[in-house]
Amino acid sequence: MERRAYYRNGWMPWLLLAPQLILVLVFFYWPTTQALYWAFSLEQPWGGGNTWVGFDNFLAIFRDREYWGTVLRSAFYAIVSTGLSMAVALTLAAFVDRSLKGTRIFQSIYVWPYAIAAPAAGVAFRFIFAPESGLIGSVNQIWPGIWDPATNGIHALAMVIVCHAWLGIGYNFIFFLAALQMIPRSISEAGAMDGARPFQRLIDLQLPLIAPTAFFLLIMNLISSFTDSFGLIDVMTEGGPIGQTEVMVYKIYFDGFKGLDYSGAAAQSIVLMLLVIGLTFVQFKWVERRVHYN
Amino acid sequence: MKSNWLLSAALAATALTFVASPAAAATKFEFWYGLSGDLSERIQDMCKTFNESQSDYEIVCVSQDNYDNNLQNTIAAFRANKQPTVTQIFDAGTLDLMLSDAFVPVRQLMEENGYKIDWANYFAGVGSYYSTSTGELLSMPFNSSTAQIYYNTDALAKVGFEGIPETWSQVEDVARKMKAAGYDCPVAFDPAGAWQWFEQFEAIHNQPIATLGNGFSGLNAEMVVSKGKFVDQLTWIKKMYDEGLFVHKSKDAGETANDAFVNGKCQITSSSVADHGTFGKQAKEGVHWTNAMLPMLDGFERHNSFVGGASLWTLKGKSAEEYKGAAAFYNFLATPEQTQWWSTVTGYIPVTNSGFEAMKAAGFYDAAPYKGRELAIKSLTMPAGENTRGIRLGNYASIRAEMVKTIQSVLFNNVPVQQALEEFDAKGNEILRRFEATYAGKNLL
Repeated sequence: MERRAYYRNGWMPWLLLAPQLILVLVFFYWPTTQALYWAFSLEQPWGGGNTWVGFDNFLAIFRDREYWGTVLRSAFYAIVSTGLSMAVALTLAAFVDRSLKGTRIFQSIYVWPYAIAAPAAGVAFRFIFAPESGLIGSVNQIWPGIWDPATNGIHALAMVIVCHAWLGIGYNFIFFLAALQMIPRSISEAGAMDGARPFQRLIDLQLPLIAPTAFFLLIMNLISSFTDSFGLIDVMTEGGPIGQTEVMVYKIYFDGFKGLDYSGAAAQSIVLMLLVIGLTFVQFKWVERRVHYN
Repeated sequence: MKSNWLLSAALAATALTFVASPAAAATKFEFWYGLSGDLSERIQDMCKTFNESQSDYEIVCVSQDNYDNNLQNTIAAFRANKQPTVTQIFDAGTLDLMLSDAFVPVRQLMEENGYKIDWANYFAGVGSYYSTSTGELLSMPFNSSTAQIYYNTDALAKVGFEGIPETWSQVEDVARKMKAAGYDCPVAFDPAGAWQWFEQFEAIHNQPIATLGNGFSGLNAEMVVSKGKFVDQLTWIKKMYDEGLFVHKSKDAGETANDAFVNGKCQITSSSVADHGTFGKQAKEGVHWTNAMLPMLDGFERHNSFVGGASLWTLKGKSAEEYKGAAAFYNFLATPEQTQWWSTVTGYIPVTNSGFEAMKAAGFYDAAPYKGRELAIKSLTMPAGENTRGIRLGNYASIRAEMVKTIQSVLFNNVPVQQALEEFDAKGNEILRRFEATYAGKNLL
């Protein structure tokens, strides 16, 4: 028998839900509706007037070659930063899980990056990677011009992606470690007795067993790379050089707040929102089927 | 413990408000501005002087950190009906505000409150940027500047150049000799400085950025940069860059162009006259420098450069009393003592003829550290042309960002100049048409 609690009066549950509901309505649904309205009209920034234009804003951004550039760049950014961050975190977690020497210290140290705010990390990385004065920039003294994120868009994008991945490692690490430690020791030991080396045990035993965690992290990382990349890019490159680190979320910010094109920015945020919703849906629908929870 | 702390904080706050407003009768009004650091403190001094000079009004001055933030916050506040009475808006934000019907024109404000201001006293080059096409001033010129070129005089002497280069071909000649004399970085160049390298170039050569006098006579203006002299200029910049005579310096590269100049690493840079004071303070031991008006192309008559900086706008929706306060504040700003004080403690220039003449008569410009700043006024008061009134183009911040990208793509990715500028014009036209559609049915004043 399942035990359930019932409320006698009907409004009590609503009252208890109210604070949360109000928060969600005010801070999520209300702005989203506003953005939706602006996306289908041309909004004057100072609020002087508004004309309904149907799908014109969307057609305008889809016609724009630069916009598609930011979409592709965002996708690349998401895939590479997620892959990099999760791969490094998993490697570290696997080592810590094997209880090597100094594990206890590393366990705490690896989480630290997660506690650093993105703009702060961005400033630090900007100095480290600065072509003329930074730590990494010193390679230019050996091979002049080999590293220059200030003029080379590919270098700049790589720099931002590395920084983003680095920031996420702590978070991913903790989840991977917890998942690895949940696996009964006996399974690993049985594998070891059958002669499987650590790497093989990781691939054949541990990875399938921590798949739900990996799946969860995959979604979280992908979404975060679409939305949280803003703080880093704003501090590190401001979308440059030549707009080659301009991802979708940065273009929304620039067009809306600097360019005062509220409607174009609103249309872009609706597209980004649909993209993130779609991505999550696809993952739950297809990827999750291949994940076994038990 | 926590509630105690909160309580005492609340008490302290209440006590503070009582202390801070001794004259309960004074009308309070807010002024938001987009400057920070040293300049912000100077504005706070200014507000204090104003509050102490009279007892009818109390101005509350709030820094919003930078121009962009101030514009965004003012817009958000205006839409929520919580706007300040006075706000500082920079050049690129001017047109949106002009079409918004959200402000009271400064001329009307001063007339209604009984102040007689001699508007003809304002420098034409300053006034025109903030005026209607018929010449009515809409906002109060406040912190005004223009672009200058700065030379390291020791480097000039070392390569044997007499005087100061006045044309770009002389700059090329000097830069080449400097390189030969062992200077790594003759000219510091940052594409982000589209304001001085592109806009001001167009102004002093009276070249159109867009048709209809850079948009002054209509929202249907079209970009024409790829058809003008800037094609040659950018081609020249690219050549200089490839030869290592122009060296890329930016925040991203690790050192800004201005820092490289004051540290003596680069010998020539172009920047706002507002940096004149900063250079004086920051120049490294042994670095001697001077400023000059921007060089010209050979065979062109010099016209006035564009005014940079920002102006003060009075927003709608405030009480008559607050407007009286704002008018009194503007009147205070226009007094000769304030004009001189403001130009002295910042690098900004005086905006009126009488203010400038008074400072000149007092010998302000005769000696260091202020000597040289008069050249900015000389540059702003050169003969005006069809394309030198200002830039009245919608969403101009986006167009300016496109120009930065264009210069970068030419320099770093070797995109052909003509093609890059044609793409820039096309992109700019898209932005302009979008802006025109947003303000459909509205006309420029």
